Amino acid sequence: MNSSARRTLSAFMGILPILVGVLLLASMVVQLIPGLMRSGLFGHSLWEDTLVAALVGSIATAQPIVSYVFGGELLKAGVDLLAVTALIVTWVTVGIVPLPAEATALGRRFALWRNLWAFVAALLISALTVGCLHVLKG
Amino acid sequence: MSSRDKTGKRGGWWFLLAVIIGYGVLFLFEPGWVKGAIGHFLHLLATLAPILAVVMALLWLINLLVDPKRIRKNLGHDSGLRGWVIAIVGGILSHGPVYAWYPLLIDLQRHGTRPALLATFLFARSIKLPWLPMLAYYFGAGYMLLFTLLLTLFSPLVGWLTERTCCR
Repeated sequence: MNSSARRTLSAFMGILPILVGVLLLASMVVQLIPGLMRSGLFGHSLWEDTLVAALVGSIATAQPIVSYVFGGELLKAGVDLLAVTALIVTWVTVGIVPLPAEATALGRRFALWRNLWAFVAALLISALTVGCLHVLKG
Repeated sequence: MSSRDKTGKRGGWWFLLAVIIGYGVLFLFEPGWVKGAIGHFLHLLATLAPILAVVMALLWLINLLVDPKRIRKNLGHDSGLRGWVIAIVGGILSHGPVYAWYPLLIDLQRHGTRPALLATFLFARSIKLPWLPMLAYYFGAGYMLLFTLLLTLFSPLVGWLTERTCCR
């Protein structure tokens, strides 16, 4: 049992500086996002808005609930559901800010490829969600 | 401790030092903005503390109870359907920020877990069961169901693609 506790503590102490660093970075990014939104980031073509939303979602690191509230407000402001969905999906599936930590923990190639495929999947999921909803609603 | 472990630990401290230096440089130009970021950081840290305690407890339990040979069998290269199901369900049921789960994932990786299953777990974490009613409230029940179903179906696909491309 002592050996197990020692291994656990060692693994935890190894990840501690990375955890604190990522939290500090996340705090900076959260400070940046409201300013980015006010600067006329949306309101272009559907695919431009979707791509911008997907990139913003990839950078954001707050709790998913924040993306629902944020996405709901964007929808009310006239941003298309496709772009809002891309924001919500990438918010929870792609992590640019935690990327250095993921690379340190699980390997650089793993982290890069996983985030790239998650980004592609997020765009497909957004299109499929909105497309299926349109079909279901007739 | 292997030299790779030592390098990894030092890398973590260098990463933290670089972020702190970044904060210091920004403070010279935008002290108010940096103070806001620090306030957010302290709030995040306070929110995270109880989750970290749960992760520590889980890590300890895994180290105590789990036999690496069994892990290799259930989440290893010949784990089959059971491995995929464990990765998806585990991802859906996991809570808290992703970085709080890295110690556990490193541990699983060292015990021979397939990269595809780790990536599947990470993607399936995007489904947050407690928040689904909120998603339905904002976007409708149909949207919530479709969204959740598609995230679940895409989890193993992203895992498989990650393994095929990163670990050939």
